[in-house]
Amino acid sequence: MNAHVTPNSPGPVSLTIVPPFARFSLRIAAASVEAASKAFGLELPVKIGQGQAKDGRAAWCLGPDEWLLHAVETETVQIMEAFARFRPETPHSLTLISDREITIAMEGARAAELLSVACPIDLARIHPGMAKRTVFDSAQVVLLRDGPDHFRLEVWRSFFPHVHELLQIANRELASGY
Amino acid sequence: MLLIHCPYCDDTLPELEFAYAGEAHIARPSDPSELSDEEWRDFLFIRSNARGVHAERWRHIHGCARYFNALRDTVSDKFLRTYKAGEPRPDTSVQEAVK
Repeated sequence: MNAHVTPNSPGPVSLTIVPPFARFSLRIAAASVEAASKAFGLELPVKIGQGQAKDGRAAWCLGPDEWLLHAVETETVQIMEAFARFRPETPHSLTLISDREITIAMEGARAAELLSVACPIDLARIHPGMAKRTVFDSAQVVLLRDGPDHFRLEVWRSFFPHVHELLQIANRELASGY
Repeated sequence: MLLIHCPYCDDTLPELEFAYAGEAHIARPSDPSELSDEEWRDFLFIRSNARGVHAERWRHIHGCARYFNALRDTVSDKFLRTYKAGEPRPDTSVQEAVK
């Protein structure tokens, strides 16, 4: 309660901006998901919310026919070519969205508490490895949970200043003892 | 806050992720040019405005982004059931609680 709070005090949760990497939005019929798994080199999860990661690549199922893919930035072209090869037989859409979003990583024992400031979703039901599209103070975000105390928040660039500022304010409030 | 069960996500999620999208089960006429002005007006604007159980469309816009249908009691504001788009309206004589 007596903690000294300055405007720049970091707070109990570490907030970092993740350096650039490749992000894709994949839309493909659920029946054809096997072809996409082969092209991406990772078995895509089929249940909404579930994720899968291997060798620097990760995929999360966000909707019945929608996946979010992450990879190393230098593999961007390679991945797009792999998908282009089976597009004639299996129609799908692979959209590069690397620059659309900025990712904030959150780590700390009170990370879930910090998120609950503006995230209406029940965080206890999002287990490590899962991802959900949801809202953060009315800005649409994708929430990824990497561990019990480790989250990532993918925010559209235009919403980023608002979301980041709010997280910093809430983090300072946690530090102040509220 | 209302909690709404999304039949695609199979999860009960906060109302803030959803958007209301009007009455459900209103089929667009296959050939609008054959309709009289009155019939076209009815299709566009005339709704049942039910007092009680109402079938309506919702969209899980900040989630899986899918449209689905819901039965909601307009008096109590309680959701009785949600179901996938394209499925027939469930029988409301047996009232089921939302999962």
